[in-house]
Amino acid sequence: MERVIYLDHASTTPTDPEVLEAMLPWFSQKFGNPSTVYSLGLTSSEAVQQARETVARLIGAEPEEIYFTSGGTESDNWAIFGTAEAQQSKGRHLITSAIEHHAVLECMKFLEKRGFEVTWLPVNSRGLVDPEEVRRALRPDTILVSIMHANNEVGSIEPIEEIGRITREAGVLFHVDAVQTVGKLPLDVDQLGVDMLSMSAHKFYGPKGVGALYARKRVKLSSYLHGGGQERGKRAGTHNVPGIVGLAKALEIACGRMAEDAIREAELRDRLWKGISERIQAVHLNGDFQHRLPSNLSIRVDGVEGESMILMLDMEGICVSSGSACTTGSLDPSHVLLAMGIPAEQAHGSLRMTLGRSTTQEDIDKFIEVFPPIVARLREMSPIWCANCICRKGS
Amino acid sequence: MYSELVMEHFRNPRNMGVIEDADGVGEVGNPQCGDMMRITIKVKDGILEDIKFQTLGCGAAVATSSMVTEMAKGKKLDEALQITNKAVADALGGLPPQKMHCSNLAADGLRAAIEDYRRRQQEGAHPDRSPDVRET
Repeated sequence: MERVIYLDHASTTPTDPEVLEAMLPWFSQKFGNPSTVYSLGLTSSEAVQQARETVARLIGAEPEEIYFTSGGTESDNWAIFGTAEAQQSKGRHLITSAIEHHAVLECMKFLEKRGFEVTWLPVNSRGLVDPEEVRRALRPDTILVSIMHANNEVGSIEPIEEIGRITREAGVLFHVDAVQTVGKLPLDVDQLGVDMLSMSAHKFYGPKGVGALYARKRVKLSSYLHGGGQERGKRAGTHNVPGIVGLAKALEIACGRMAEDAIREAELRDRLWKGISERIQAVHLNGDFQHRLPSNLSIRVDGVEGESMILMLDMEGICVSSGSACTTGSLDPSHVLLAMGIPAEQAHGSLRMTLGRSTTQEDIDKFIEVFPPIVARLREMSPIWCANCICRKGS
Repeated sequence: MYSELVMEHFRNPRNMGVIEDADGVGEVGNPQCGDMMRITIKVKDGILEDIKFQTLGCGAAVATSSMVTEMAKGKKLDEALQITNKAVADALGGLPPQKMHCSNLAADGLRAAIEDYRRRQQEGAHPDRSPDVRET
């Protein structure tokens, strides 16, 4: 089989071979339960502690502020439900944005059903939250602000530091879903002014099924999983030792090569956009070019539907993703694109390419070569494209 | 996600395009929903002599459009009207559940085209009795 051109790194990344190697001894050889007292268990417990120290150091936190979880979704759920539970005597109002990942969105909707009140902040056409909107939305009964660091679909980087200053001033807890940025952007929890932060290992070349929640010492987080008292009684369940070791190793590697990766990926990303926009008419960039993840390119193509582009690119061995309804199983197109004011019919024609370490210039050039004929063929098939042409000629 | 037959129709759609001097045109869906199709037909002696489609939509939308043209071509109009969306999906070996509603419009498109043809026939036969003037 021909080499797959993988341009979906925001979805998941391959586990780095060095990370895998670091994980392997913790499966069959050093398999002890970290909660036991004999030396085999102690070895595991030390490995978990070491991983905790590594993760803490790399985000500017203290080791006892790191809680290992099963991934980004669990970290988000815990931060939100844990705060709601612990703070409900103080108030029942939460603030979030309209473009959060579903792992935040659905928690907020669930709380709404349970009698909490949620303010959904809008974003501008480039996918950015205005910090002043956060300030205006704050109330005496606000218990949590949850805003993502960077958006998974359009790659917009939110003004977390400014929002952090505002929440700190107001004395309101601030949670950040940093699943798309940990290991990719320089990140220090004190500088950002965040109280809780979610991360997921498989987004930065670590294994799937493991993540972490950072929670500042002053945060009174309620216990999430009840049982054997692991993670200082907050999150019970035998530690995923290989996963935790892998997460820390992956983060160490990612932070070590962050600048280098970012520069290379941004260059290739810009080459990709230039190639596409020069060769295809009526394509648009989604989101902001300045405040954008270096690896993200999100576009929309007039007169074409997203899933059909994905299927045709797949035939060429290229993996990308879309903001169209059909890929998510719902009828509505991406809530992110709609929140940015993009009309539904255009949002259905969206495509997301996210680059990574394995991406080469040849990959990008192959994409630029095969993509225009795909769009041409789908437009030939499309009942609305011709109408558009006439419209454009006539205007 | 899709059966091999769905993918085969997606890769090599049958009867894709437009009949310029069509006897009937059917349009269903809308771009806001992400799925839209246009069917054009040519009728001779009560038989669907030719049929073509244009579709904006996902893999399922394209494959069902292609399949319905194959099922309907050469059939008598009344027979063609018996084709249901479900029959099209069945002929493709089934569709994923989430595709059964939004992307399974092909038989509706065919029906709309046949109804358009019959309307035109009536208007053509009794032009003075036809109150609404068609713009297309």
